Amino acid sequence: MKVKRSASKTLTYTVLIIMVLVCVAPLLIILMNSFKGKLFISDDLFAFLTPQSFVGGANYVSGVTKMNFVGAFGTSLFVTVASVILIVFLCSMTAWYLVRVKNKFTSVLFYLFVFAMIVPFQMVMFTMSWVSNRLSLGNPVGILVLYLGFGAGLSVFIFTGFLKSIPIDIEEAAIIDGCTPMQVFFKVVFPIMRPTIITVAILDVMWIWNDYLLPLIVLDTGYTTLPIAIQKIFTGGYGAVDMGGLMAMLVLSIIPIIIFYLAAQKHIIEGVVAGAVKG
Amino acid sequence: MQKSLTKYFPAFVLPTLAAFSIAFLVPFVMGIVLSFSDFTIVTDARFNGFDNYVRAFTDPSSNFVYALGFTALFTVVSIITVNILAFLLAMLLTRGLKGTNLFRGVFFVPNLIGGIVLGYVWNTILNAILSNFDLTLMYSANLGFWGLIIVNSWQMIGYMMIIYIAGIQNIPGDLKEAAAIDGANKRQTLFRITLPLVMPSITICTFLTLTNSFKLFDQNLALTGGGPSNMTEMLALNIYHTFYGRNGWSGPGQAKAVVFFALVGVIALIQLRITRSKEVEN
Repeated sequence: MKVKRSASKTLTYTVLIIMVLVCVAPLLIILMNSFKGKLFISDDLFAFLTPQSFVGGANYVSGVTKMNFVGAFGTSLFVTVASVILIVFLCSMTAWYLVRVKNKFTSVLFYLFVFAMIVPFQMVMFTMSWVSNRLSLGNPVGILVLYLGFGAGLSVFIFTGFLKSIPIDIEEAAIIDGCTPMQVFFKVVFPIMRPTIITVAILDVMWIWNDYLLPLIVLDTGYTTLPIAIQKIFTGGYGAVDMGGLMAMLVLSIIPIIIFYLAAQKHIIEGVVAGAVKG
Repeated sequence: MQKSLTKYFPAFVLPTLAAFSIAFLVPFVMGIVLSFSDFTIVTDARFNGFDNYVRAFTDPSSNFVYALGFTALFTVVSIITVNILAFLLAMLLTRGLKGTNLFRGVFFVPNLIGGIVLGYVWNTILNAILSNFDLTLMYSANLGFWGLIIVNSWQMIGYMMIIYIAGIQNIPGDLKEAAAIDGANKRQTLFRITLPLVMPSITICTFLTLTNSFKLFDQNLALTGGGPSNMTEMLALNIYHTFYGRNGWSGPGQAKAVVFFALVGVIALIQLRITRSKEVEN
């Protein structure tokens, strides 16, 4: 019995380790090739790194300079962080208002937000880019309005779901003590919402950081985000395709996500799954 | 409370509502109207009934019906591969072995990487493998199809696995014990205890895979770009190409977008129905 047990354990581990290798191999292969010379990459992607094929950081230097990595990275970072801050504050305020003020208007509004959640981006893609163009939103600041507006559906929905579950008594006590609604929200409600805020922030970070299509059709020429830059080097938008620089840029665009993941793994898994199950 | 809060509407709701109108409400209504209009630059729109819809479905160069079929097939195969593999992984990771959390964490990683980056990672790797046989992903629709399945599965399995793990861990331990005492073998325990009790997770994961695969865009663009000759073009990419790759096709493009929205909406309604009715039963 015991022998059988440990045999099945070994089998389980073997299967798991094989699966892990399959899972990370593509990323490791890209990482390895980012240190290889161009010709070695196109010759055999799977050959191990050797002293002959090793070129140090040369691919990183050429990639970063050729595609203005710093600019694209900066735009992506700014748009992601600023949008998420806007969404978290403004949508939680809206959600609280919708939960606490009960009338026809607020309930219609709530259903509009829920409705927006299921509408795919392609449905509004063309007309949104037209509206954005009319209002001159095609820059890293203007696009924040679009992310707030298009992200509002899911965020308001998740926030209201949580707010409905907390008792109104604490808020009423604060009002009796002389707080204005603004103070009640920021001193009482907002701190209680912390777990839900983390969930919403994580879902939106993952969405906006990786988003390709919205910035592509909205941003004016001259502004690039990371996914757009990656697409552009692969399709030869920066001159002849340089396989070395390519590999290096893929690595550089994955690293921030891995760091983010290592820093907040538990919250990320919980947040992403909570968002999925509710949405 | 309600009274004092009501007049704070401009501070609490207006900013979100304004952005929501700009990014969603106005474009949505315009999108519906334009799908029944002939236009090139929006302001020149003229009502033309169902012409756009007819063109989207019947024009031989539209490729919409083909893309719909391709997307449906892709979605069905994805649901099968993703859910079976995710469930198997979840079973292996709920046996109380050491290192379970580490494995779980690693399997989740592909899910975090964006579709464009991920598509190009696999584009590079699959083409390098295929080059040994003098092939590329562009050689045939078949290769592109299975390439897309690999990329999509690789990305989604870790995610669904987490949901299955939660489902399996929710099964009360005494049920399995009781089954073991009654002499149930492993297969019986799996089919009579585990599977029926994780049915809610199976429903969730099936619909998640369904909607995500149906709406797939980034991976499609990065892996095959729809090629060879649009034979691996999925719905979202077809709509994008119709809008931005052709002249005089904005109208049919918007009609396709409306059909796409309607299909996604129907899927969401069915999902709501099924989850609701389950909740009542419980």
